[in-house]
Amino acid sequence: MNHAHVGSSLAALAVLLVIAPALSGVVVRTKSAFAGRRGAPVGQLYWDLFKLMRKGTVYSTTTTWIFRAAPVVVLVSLTAASLLLPLDGQASPVQFSGDLIAFAGLLALGRFALVLAGLDTGSSFEGMGASREVTVASFAEPVLFLGFLGLVLATRRLTLSAMLGPALTAAWAHQTASLALVALAFFVLLLAENSRVPVDDPATHLELTMIHEVIVLDHSGPDLAVILYASSLKLALFAALIVEVAVPRDGLGLGWSLAAFAGGLLVVAMAVGVVESVMARLRLNRVPQLIVGAGALALFGIILLLR
Amino acid sequence: MQTTAELLLLLVVLTDLAVLGTSRLRTCIRAVAAQGLLLGLLPLALASQVTVHVAGLAAGTVLVKAVVLPWFLLWAIREAAVRREVEPVVGFIASLLLGALALALAFAISGRLPASDVREPVLIPAALATVMMGLIVLTTRRKALTQVVGYLMLENGIYLFGLTQTESVPFLLEVGVLLDIFAGVFIMGIVVFHINREFDSLDSARLSELKD
Repeated sequence: MNHAHVGSSLAALAVLLVIAPALSGVVVRTKSAFAGRRGAPVGQLYWDLFKLMRKGTVYSTTTTWIFRAAPVVVLVSLTAASLLLPLDGQASPVQFSGDLIAFAGLLALGRFALVLAGLDTGSSFEGMGASREVTVASFAEPVLFLGFLGLVLATRRLTLSAMLGPALTAAWAHQTASLALVALAFFVLLLAENSRVPVDDPATHLELTMIHEVIVLDHSGPDLAVILYASSLKLALFAALIVEVAVPRDGLGLGWSLAAFAGGLLVVAMAVGVVESVMARLRLNRVPQLIVGAGALALFGIILLLR
Repeated sequence: MQTTAELLLLLVVLTDLAVLGTSRLRTCIRAVAAQGLLLGLLPLALASQVTVHVAGLAAGTVLVKAVVLPWFLLWAIREAAVRREVEPVVGFIASLLLGALALALAFAISGRLPASDVREPVLIPAALATVMMGLIVLTTRRKALTQVVGYLMLENGIYLFGLTQTESVPFLLEVGVLLDIFAGVFIMGIVVFHINREFDSLDSARLSELKD
């Protein structure tokens, strides 16, 4: 890998890191448009983060160092995971054979830290949220691997960088249906992993119905800011994964590639907003059904590839 | 790039999975209607040139499978005031996994079948998968109406098999088959209606309580 590639992939990473909070804003804006409201400005989360950063932090006396470490671990693991994706459509800053497992592992590490922090507070609400988060994740992770398996079979590459990079353009020419199915499965995964509507409603703050939001109830000030930023980054990361699968960008210049990337992220965020507007939250025991359905789609894609 | 016919066939399989995965009766019926529409479009996509025969077959299929039968089933739901949820004997997740298994099996078997000279390689696996998933729906759902849906899927699979031979099957035979299903579903609808009148429910398991 040469230096030009490192530069362009870091530029793409910067786009992702900067644009991430805006994506949540786009989702909110789309939902507002459906409901006939104006909605909060797209950049609202930036101001919220700024505000939270200037506040002090309150720690409950029952919490230990685990609670304090969690926000950092979450943010670092997600940033490290985004280093593994070839965000510029060419190559990722860090790559090694089998890094797709590291990608899933880093996501799991972030989730683990957050869940531990939730349990560390000793609150039964947060314990319930933690158990739900893990339940959903245990269904979602196999789907992620099925999707990756589909990509591996379509491109015959074992690094995320090569799988989602130039080899994908060639694969799209022959394996259109399979790759489209994998992208669809990843979209359902995005909804599940980020606690979006058919799985959880991020707009409610009623502890009994929420999954992700309840775990972070005890965090405050800069800690909460870091966690809010990290969850917007997670949404952006999954959106980026979908854009990378759905829009092969081999042969585009850096400027066009980055523009396509940012545009793709916005389209995915709008799609999330549309789904949130037209669907109701599923009953908790129906959630696995949805995720297994996504798995069946990915599996169908794989079967088509094996034929 | 995949051909239009292949894309249509993949969508047919997706509608199969939708029927297996959904918990709503209405969605089930809509999925089968969509499947009927796709099946109607298939002869047009498969034919080298569109003749009167092919166009007639397509129009007949769309009319019966995508309009009349779904409309009739939706009417039956309304008239019999069926509770709108599918009641599976085997859970949704298990039936989705069974469906995926059936899909894998269909693709595995069709590679070994001697009918390799078919114009569209996905046609036979899609037909097999649809038949098997129809059987799954037919055997694992308790509502009489869902069993009709399963029967329709089963028949759709057989129709897909028939498409491998459309050039040689006479038009009259196709029309006969379409009429057959129509009559079959019609009779089932009436039976369903009577089950409902007799038991105040459409649970076919309760038919075992019948004594003479």
